[in-house]
Amino acid sequence: MSAASAPRTMLSGLLPLLGKRVASALLTLLLVSAVIFTVSGLLPGDAAQETLGQSATPEQVAALRHEIGLDRPALARYADWLAGMVRGDPGTSMVANMPVREIIAQRLPNSLMLAGFTALISVPLALAIGIASAVNRGGKLDRALNIMTLSMVAVPEFLVATLGVLVFSVKLLWLPSIALVSDTSTWGELIRSSTLPVLTLTVVVTAQMARMTRAAVADQLDRPYVEMAQLKGVRFSRVVLAHVMPNALGPIVNAVALSLSYLMGGAIIVETIFSFPGLASLMVNAVTSRDMPLLQACAMIFCTAYLLLVLTADVVAIMANPRLRAQ
Amino acid sequence: MSLAPFSRRSLIGAGLAGAGLLALPGCARVQAPARKGGGIRVATQSASTADTLDPAKGALSTDYVRHFMLYSGLTETGADMIARPSLAERVESADRVTWSFTLRRGVRFHDGAELTSADVVWSLLRHKDPALGSKMATIAAQFAEVRADGKYGVILRLTGANADLPAILSQSHFLIVRDGDKAPAGNGTGPFRLAQFQPGVRTVATRNPEYWVPGRPHLDRIELIAIADEVSRVNALLAGDIQLANAIDPSSTRRVEAVPGHAVLATPSALYTNLILRQDQLPTGNPDFVQAIKHLIDRKLVKRALFRDFATIGNDQPIPPFHPYFNPDVPQTVLDLDKARWHLKRAGLTGVRLPLYASPAATGSVDMASILQEYGARVGLNLAVNRMPADGYWSTHWMRHAATFGNTNPRPTADLVFSLFYKSDAAWNESGWKNPRFDKLLVEARGEPDEPRRKALYGEMQRLVHDQCGSVIPVFISLIDGYDRRLKGLRAVPLGGMMGYRFAEHVWWDEG
Repeated sequence: MSAASAPRTMLSGLLPLLGKRVASALLTLLLVSAVIFTVSGLLPGDAAQETLGQSATPEQVAALRHEIGLDRPALARYADWLAGMVRGDPGTSMVANMPVREIIAQRLPNSLMLAGFTALISVPLALAIGIASAVNRGGKLDRALNIMTLSMVAVPEFLVATLGVLVFSVKLLWLPSIALVSDTSTWGELIRSSTLPVLTLTVVVTAQMARMTRAAVADQLDRPYVEMAQLKGVRFSRVVLAHVMPNALGPIVNAVALSLSYLMGGAIIVETIFSFPGLASLMVNAVTSRDMPLLQACAMIFCTAYLLLVLTADVVAIMANPRLRAQ
Repeated sequence: MSLAPFSRRSLIGAGLAGAGLLALPGCARVQAPARKGGGIRVATQSASTADTLDPAKGALSTDYVRHFMLYSGLTETGADMIARPSLAERVESADRVTWSFTLRRGVRFHDGAELTSADVVWSLLRHKDPALGSKMATIAAQFAEVRADGKYGVILRLTGANADLPAILSQSHFLIVRDGDKAPAGNGTGPFRLAQFQPGVRTVATRNPEYWVPGRPHLDRIELIAIADEVSRVNALLAGDIQLANAIDPSSTRRVEAVPGHAVLATPSALYTNLILRQDQLPTGNPDFVQAIKHLIDRKLVKRALFRDFATIGNDQPIPPFHPYFNPDVPQTVLDLDKARWHLKRAGLTGVRLPLYASPAATGSVDMASILQEYGARVGLNLAVNRMPADGYWSTHWMRHAATFGNTNPRPTADLVFSLFYKSDAAWNESGWKNPRFDKLLVEARGEPDEPRRKALYGEMQRLVHDQCGSVIPVFISLIDGYDRRLKGLRAVPLGGMMGYRFAEHVWWDEG
């Protein structure tokens, strides 16, 4: 952002930023993979022991270790994995004996769908709540919305999910209690079975985003330019949407990006309760089975998703605010 | 052919096989005739990317259920714990060292190939390859030679006499795969054919119309999924999303039964969580200390409070009361603080401090440890409860400290549980207990042809373990399945939940 020469167009101003960001993202991914490799190496047991389980004999463990290459030095294994990643090949799962790519390909669409549906509902909802709350500051609506969002933040998601299941599945028999996604299910089935997980996640992330939006918009509403615009006779809705929002957008998109990044890896509780075959439970699975290539692949995806969202947030903030562009 | 020594079992089996293949005779008791058709969804508690189609690698309940749907075994163990011929029409042995199997003719794999002796030889010998990682590698080490005897005969020679071979071969790991199949992918001779398999997500199986048992299976389709969270599993059952679920918590049984149309099935099993007192460490190696601990366990409280009476009182030896070889003459050890105090004093260990390593990995162990700690304090024993995470518990803590908790799944024979966990040189001789007399009896019983004599040998072994071994078994834990009442034909088989994991070919769906 501290590019020396004032760029003429938006795009040329963004390019160096993007270049720098991508380079630092790659470095971050490398560091994260090294940390994960080291830390998971410190966990007791390895893939061979975890696969063979409680009843393994030392000979069996040794044979399996050799089979999946665990008897080689850690550094060599890491270098191999890294070389594979550079070629675009995340390797083979030590436990499932399947290419990691295939396992991920089964789960990633599920996670993206869950995150996508949730974002589609929660982002507009959060913006609406936040703005409505901010413009009515101190009013009854504001207080009501405040209480609602605060209690949404305070209630843990497992409680929301379990209550949802008890009411909508067990009592009313409206919705399935588990998410039964499969390749053959129709869109109707897909939407029906992911309704409860999406609603639970919506409750969890909306509140955060709504509170950030309220704070950002409220902050801008106190500025002199708002008063000026109103004195000049601009309609209040126009003041909010055309004057306040572009200025408030920076913090809001950042809050949105953080909340949405939670939807990828943080959906673990929802995935567990609804038995939803997503990436987060896959990663937990990879940790407990000490399946290094799978664990790394999941970590890389979560890390990339996070970095992409934060980068998108920055770009949106810059594009929305001419002053940031000019810097 | 000499049928004499194995006559009891093989004759019963052959007779039943001839009379319409009712390998589970209890099915005949069911009032209404089985209906054809319908599909159910079944959930077990465990699934991971390690889910496999290879019977040799099966590790979790989901695997066993899947394998029994797709493959068949040479023998089959029923609700009475007796193994009968299955894919093998006849199982014969004169000396219990060399066994000959005569295969049923005209049995076809799902791909159309006929079952021959080559498939059986391949399926049994592959367990001996260490690179395969078979769960039964140690058992398969007993196979000295496996060879074909014509197209439909197989000769299996053991390294030593073992009368339990038919029962051993009825386990899911020894199900028969196709000759040369290095990574079996569902092609078996079982009642269902594989339609879809996603490790850690689901298995879909459809009826095999050419199944070799006439009239079976009854269901058209079974979808097998896993719901790891117990509350979610019960909710899914009550919401009608699944029709059968295993591993229901004792505390959830009332909830299931309160909703009309649902029921639980409790299976008394030989599953136990035990406190392991290492005999090669102090103070746990002191015989008086072991006796003190055994008298400090409030077995009735453990049964009632931890398992809501879904358990059977144990007596510090691994054979449960409903087992054919159970010895009722071994006196039951009960809570007796005075005796415990006396033993402690005699050992000179009053006031000693000892950490107990418990973990959610061993069902109920944390609560058992807390109860023990409570009673320990009353006799001047300073027990500390170290609660360890389930992850990595077996490789890092189990058997590694003086006092740890273990968890042992039901095994199909008395010989297996004794050989795996109590024999002096067993890899998982949990307590490090060494008793030459016990080892001698074990080998003797394995080859003993006379049933009453065999029962007497196992009876003495139970007494030895009860009196001397450092394995404290408070209760045997019953397995609880929850099901939709429209699912018929489900019965308890002590080998495991869900009819010993083989409900698939026996149950049917009845809307009325």
